[in-house]
Amino acid sequence: MSSRVGSSTNAPGIKVGIEIHQQLDTASKLFCACPTVLREDPPNYSVKRRLKPTTSEMGDVDSAALFESVKQKSFTYEAYEDTVCLVELDEEPPHDMNGEAVQVALTVALMANMTPVDEIHVMRKIVIDGSNTTGFQRTAKVAFGGFIMDGSERITIQSLCLEEDAARKVSEEREGITYRLDRLGIPLVEITTGPDMHSGEQAARVALSIGRLLRSTGKVKFGLGAIRQDLNVSVEGGARIEVKGVQELGLIPSVVEMEAQRQIALLEIREELRRRGVSEVRSDPADLTATFRSTSSKVLRKAIDGGGRVFGARLAGFAGLLKRELQPGRRLGTELSDRAKTYAGVGGIFHSDELPGYGITAGELEAAAKALNAGEGDAIILVAAPLEACEAAIRAAVARAAEALVGVPSEVRSANADGTSRFMRPMPGSARMYPETDVPSIVVSSERLEAIRAALPEPLDAKAERYVREYGLSRDLASLIADSPHSPAFERLVKEDSVPAPFVASTFEYTFKMLKREGADVDSLDKEQIREVLIMSSRGALAKEAVPEVLRWLASNKGKGVTDAIASLSLAGTDESLVRSAVEAAVSENIDLVMREGERAVSPLMGDLMKKFRGKVDGRMIHSLLKEEIARRLATK
Amino acid sequence: MSGKGSQPSSYPQRQQAASGYKGKALDVITASGVQVGDALIAKNEKLSVSGILMPRSELDDDRHIVIKLKDGYNLGISVESLTLQRLQPEEPRRTAPAVEAKSKPGLPKVAIISTGGTIASRVDYKTGAVSPALTAGDLYQSVPELGEIAEIRTEILYSLLSENISPENWKSMAQSVYRQIKEGADGVVITHGTDTMGFTAAALSFALQDLPVPVILVGSQRSSDRPSSDAYLNLKGAVLAASRAPFAEVGVLMHKGISDNGLVIHRGTRVRKMHTSRRDAFKSVNSPPLAYMNDGQIEALQPFRARSGGKLPALKADFDPDVVLIKSFPGIPPDMFDPLIHRGFHGIVLEGTGLGHVPEKIFHQIRRAIQAGITVVMASQCIYGRVNMNVYSTGRELLSMGVIPAGDMLPETALVKLMWVLGQTTDKLRIRELFSSEIAGELSQRSAYTEGRE
Repeated sequence: MSSRVGSSTNAPGIKVGIEIHQQLDTASKLFCACPTVLREDPPNYSVKRRLKPTTSEMGDVDSAALFESVKQKSFTYEAYEDTVCLVELDEEPPHDMNGEAVQVALTVALMANMTPVDEIHVMRKIVIDGSNTTGFQRTAKVAFGGFIMDGSERITIQSLCLEEDAARKVSEEREGITYRLDRLGIPLVEITTGPDMHSGEQAARVALSIGRLLRSTGKVKFGLGAIRQDLNVSVEGGARIEVKGVQELGLIPSVVEMEAQRQIALLEIREELRRRGVSEVRSDPADLTATFRSTSSKVLRKAIDGGGRVFGARLAGFAGLLKRELQPGRRLGTELSDRAKTYAGVGGIFHSDELPGYGITAGELEAAAKALNAGEGDAIILVAAPLEACEAAIRAAVARAAEALVGVPSEVRSANADGTSRFMRPMPGSARMYPETDVPSIVVSSERLEAIRAALPEPLDAKAERYVREYGLSRDLASLIADSPHSPAFERLVKEDSVPAPFVASTFEYTFKMLKREGADVDSLDKEQIREVLIMSSRGALAKEAVPEVLRWLASNKGKGVTDAIASLSLAGTDESLVRSAVEAAVSENIDLVMREGERAVSPLMGDLMKKFRGKVDGRMIHSLLKEEIARRLATK
Repeated sequence: MSGKGSQPSSYPQRQQAASGYKGKALDVITASGVQVGDALIAKNEKLSVSGILMPRSELDDDRHIVIKLKDGYNLGISVESLTLQRLQPEEPRRTAPAVEAKSKPGLPKVAIISTGGTIASRVDYKTGAVSPALTAGDLYQSVPELGEIAEIRTEILYSLLSENISPENWKSMAQSVYRQIKEGADGVVITHGTDTMGFTAAALSFALQDLPVPVILVGSQRSSDRPSSDAYLNLKGAVLAASRAPFAEVGVLMHKGISDNGLVIHRGTRVRKMHTSRRDAFKSVNSPPLAYMNDGQIEALQPFRARSGGKLPALKADFDPDVVLIKSFPGIPPDMFDPLIHRGFHGIVLEGTGLGHVPEKIFHQIRRAIQAGITVVMASQCIYGRVNMNVYSTGRELLSMGVIPAGDMLPETALVKLMWVLGQTTDKLRIRELFSSEIAGELSQRSAYTEGRE
């Protein structure tokens, strides 16, 4: 299998496009004055709602909407009194579009060589999975027709939209889904590239470039979920498949490769079906409950005992094809099963390529095949569930089998952590948008664009170069800090507060990461406190060695100050005279060693003194005092 | 949000050629010989886009036109050096097949009278324009469950935003209800814009006395184009109440809270819109609601007038529109009453402060008004509680002038009631007597504690 993965990367006609969603770090949400904060503390209250699909502008119910409506669900929305308002609750009309977010979107557009529209119009995009309380997402096209370079290759940037982020899914039950409204309304920039990339590696590279371009504005959020990538993948003869929810850049190459591999395998299956002369897939489901009345299969047993049924259907000409692997561990049968799960809410289906097995005996299989009129070349599928679910599951699975004759069904898939993907929903029609009449349009004046163009942010590569040049940072550290959310704080500390650049950069990039690994919540540290700690340390008022300890203490003692940390960690009160007398005492106690070893006595004495003063006094101070004292004694000998 | 924002309501009535366009933009469109809805390529010095020419909000400037791109997004393009080139017409639009009105036989008959507002309206998803559409077929299509509840007959009376509804309209609504009941309706639902639904509810309560069946006014706070609209649940609840409720009164049915899991029916004379946008904007004031409705079950909260099948209501639908409502405030200029007295209005409802007071500075004007034959009544801007003009000397002085206290009536109900009273009689004594007696649950002698039930 692994060799296939490699070869499919270079499959002819592989095309990849990326859609990047980046949360903006604006002071308030896109259509209300709530702050853009995600919270983990318990919500204050919740609201229960239902959504109803409406006919789309083309007069028919959009397939995605229809699909979601199949799953009749109720939605619970959790909210906070102080950071969620009536706008997120769909209880108040949206306010004007956030000007700060528009500014960032226009800035990114110009950096990506795009043409902004003359007037921004907000649209309502129907999304009825409950993730928006309104049943639609507000989104606006800000710019289009740009490009970025990937080496010497030009990658089209087709579109830049500014939209509201959806609510955050907290849990999903059979009856409904619970969402939290903290995320709903956070501004998102959506950037869509053309299908210009030809490999997963290239797609990952371009995604990284776009991510860095976004970060250079200094106005984007960091952390898990702050940037999300969707991929559009197709191979020649296949179909455009949207793979959603690729959380990490590192996963992009394998997602692309495995999708290409899946499409190629599906095309092979189509050819095989043609060779076999299969030209249609009919659904003639039959109730096989009687056949399995005394089965020892746990799954079937449980369904039958619970009053459910066992249904089966024949897939004529499909023998052996359902076990054909499409992606590692995922077969054509899995695709059928996924459809049945999503549309009918069943646990899955069994197919004859994996039977006998799962407690189903050869005898039972034979009887089922006989009941379904299935011969040698046919496959059969089985499902056990309540009557209605059985019918829906067979319908969905047979429909998927029929699509094998087409090759690759156009659909939206959801990425798994291993790079494989599973069915999510059919590809939505394009016509599911209509104007948001509650929000006035925004004219983008050429004066505004000129002003933005005149002050475009420094690209991150240029910034890293400058850090090497101006501050003498190593290339690695320079590029880390240039890419990091701490870069404005870094520059301020170095430029305004004259704290040594390597110390500041390594604190932000290395110390912070270390503390984070240990579980300290350093992301929530107050910026001014961090600054205070670093300034104190650089002025000698706090030992360098104590910096991680102080930061750790501050991270777990919210609301307390740096002086509290110093007092609590008993780092205070060690002034130079105290150290000096300790040094003098140590030298006196070890005068023989000093006389014998001379300056070399510094090292052994240093160890004891450091033990005594660790974290309270800078090691360099002890070192120089010790050297000084030894020199004095040697001189007076 | 309620669907009457910048664009919607006026589109259907507007001239086709260039909806919403004016000035320079209109000139460019006209000169290019294109129309709204045409597929075209629009090009100026900066942008070149192909799409469909869309209507424009009448409030927007005349320097841009709106194009819908293939991906569904709209954008504005400047008319500065703009050229428009028409493309082949796009495929004709498919429209939803008409659904035949069908319902199970033997169900109660409910008449739905549409007066406008966002409930039971349809949206043109292309333009975002909301237009009323209320054939029974449309209704069954958008809320199929209605066919399980009742046999529905529909009547489109108006298509009015409720701020434009006048006492004239109350009269024809009352007449329509009367006719529907006469023709055998087991209950009547009136869809209505929410802004003045409370006023209409009060008006119908006075105009339709001795009702044999329920008359339920229903609205929605979220337009029905959005999947989250409260219209479906409210409309379903209203039809259920009209067909099954044990009471024969005018009620207003809306969401009980901001969740989609409870409805409330308010007595028509006791209800007030208390929030600009929330689903549960309507509250009963100085009285518990008539009933709650949970999962289709109706729970009555207070005594009511019971159904009396086969009878007809007493139709008393005349209103005198020459009544004004004036809110007292610190520094209210006394001479603002001059034109009112001069014009010869028939009634003034004062929305006084506290227990029913106005500044002494306007006393002489009130005295003049009463002497000129104007009926002056006093309600309180506190909204909650009853007026009592005996506690302070200002109140006593107003009483002695002839001001009629409105008891625990809502100021809006007092206004509607005074219009109705003046529409019934011109006799001064009779006016005072009618206004001061309870007619449709609008007034009570007891002030009950109703906390938590509103």
